Amino acid sequence: MKNKKAFILLDWLYLLLMAAGPVFAIVLKVLYTPISSDIDISGALVFFTVKMPLWDLPVTETQVNSLVVIWSLFWLCRYITHGISVRGGLKRQIVAEWIVEKTKALTTGNMGEYFAGFAPFVAAIMGLSAFSSLLTLIGLYPPTSDINTVGGWAILVFILITYYKFKCGPVHYLKSFGDPVPFLAPLNIISEVATPVSMAFRHYGNVLSGSVISVLVATALQGASSIIFSNLPGILHEIPFLQIGLPAVLSVYFDLFSGLLQAFIFAMLTMLYVSGAFPAEDYAARKAARKAKRAGNNK
Amino acid sequence: MMEIAIGIILGCCALGAGAAMIAGIGPGIGEGNAVAKACEAIGRQPECKGDVTTTMLMGCAVAETTGLYALVIAILLIFVAPGRFVDILMNSVK
Repeated sequence: MKNKKAFILLDWLYLLLMAAGPVFAIVLKVLYTPISSDIDISGALVFFTVKMPLWDLPVTETQVNSLVVIWSLFWLCRYITHGISVRGGLKRQIVAEWIVEKTKALTTGNMGEYFAGFAPFVAAIMGLSAFSSLLTLIGLYPPTSDINTVGGWAILVFILITYYKFKCGPVHYLKSFGDPVPFLAPLNIISEVATPVSMAFRHYGNVLSGSVISVLVATALQGASSIIFSNLPGILHEIPFLQIGLPAVLSVYFDLFSGLLQAFIFAMLTMLYVSGAFPAEDYAARKAARKAKRAGNNK
Repeated sequence: MMEIAIGIILGCCALGAGAAMIAGIGPGIGEGNAVAKACEAIGRQPECKGDVTTTMLMGCAVAETTGLYALVIAILLIFVAPGRFVDILMNSVK
């Protein structure tokens, strides 16, 4: 009985730690937001700047919020895998198993058996991206609408792609730049670099355009309702009636649908690019051919 | 004189941003085509609705990229470029 009490206590501790992240971010935002009544389409707030030898390092809302997302996701994972057991188990174990099975099926389906170990990485990118975009729902600045966050992920994916291309054979990799004719090499290099750039711009552009359009529509509706309802008596004329409805619909599209879709697409493109960089069967066939050749030479 | 120069900078940035967003036409037509074909495919074979929808969303996202390049340029022109250009103007006047 005492054991069960400790279990529930630990559950609540995990949930509290999970909720502490967003609360901390909201408090920080409220403390640092300058008071103004203008339209506010600015970048991330800069909390403070760390002096560095080469250049100053600004600590912005982007970094704080992405760390908050990482922190909350960590405790969420601790919560849903708490009390996991082979038979029986809690209801939340079903959710955890569903996530693991789905990402495993997605990864092996898109990348093949060779890359089955990529499932945790893909799930991590998808979860980070989705929850970062969903931060707008509680009024926080989404880290994914800053090019630096998404650019970092895209560079990570680019490093993975290049690593697997090198693993396929360095000579093979260098030769692929002179394909189909050697003088097209500059274009091939550009298309190589365009992969992470387009991935980063796609995600960042979608999230940022959503928030810009939402702010513009909300401000326009506020202005329109202050013109139309300016004759109402008392406090009534200060309430922007036109703002009821439309911004919510836009938010469902831009924040929920678009954010989750972009997370899915980013993970999907990661899988496709990485598995495209390393044709496992091709590699195995070439390795076998080389081995056979060497065996033939020895004879 | 200074006011006119700053006015020209701001106006040209806004015009450039508007002109950049003409690129929105391309992805619009392309995604429309993709969705139309997906609808036809689902109509012919309702049983592979899931696969068709996933592939269509992927294709739409990739086709959207060109439009988003234009959007990024427009955003840079509206929020970043005017400040930079005015700074350059001020420095050159000094």
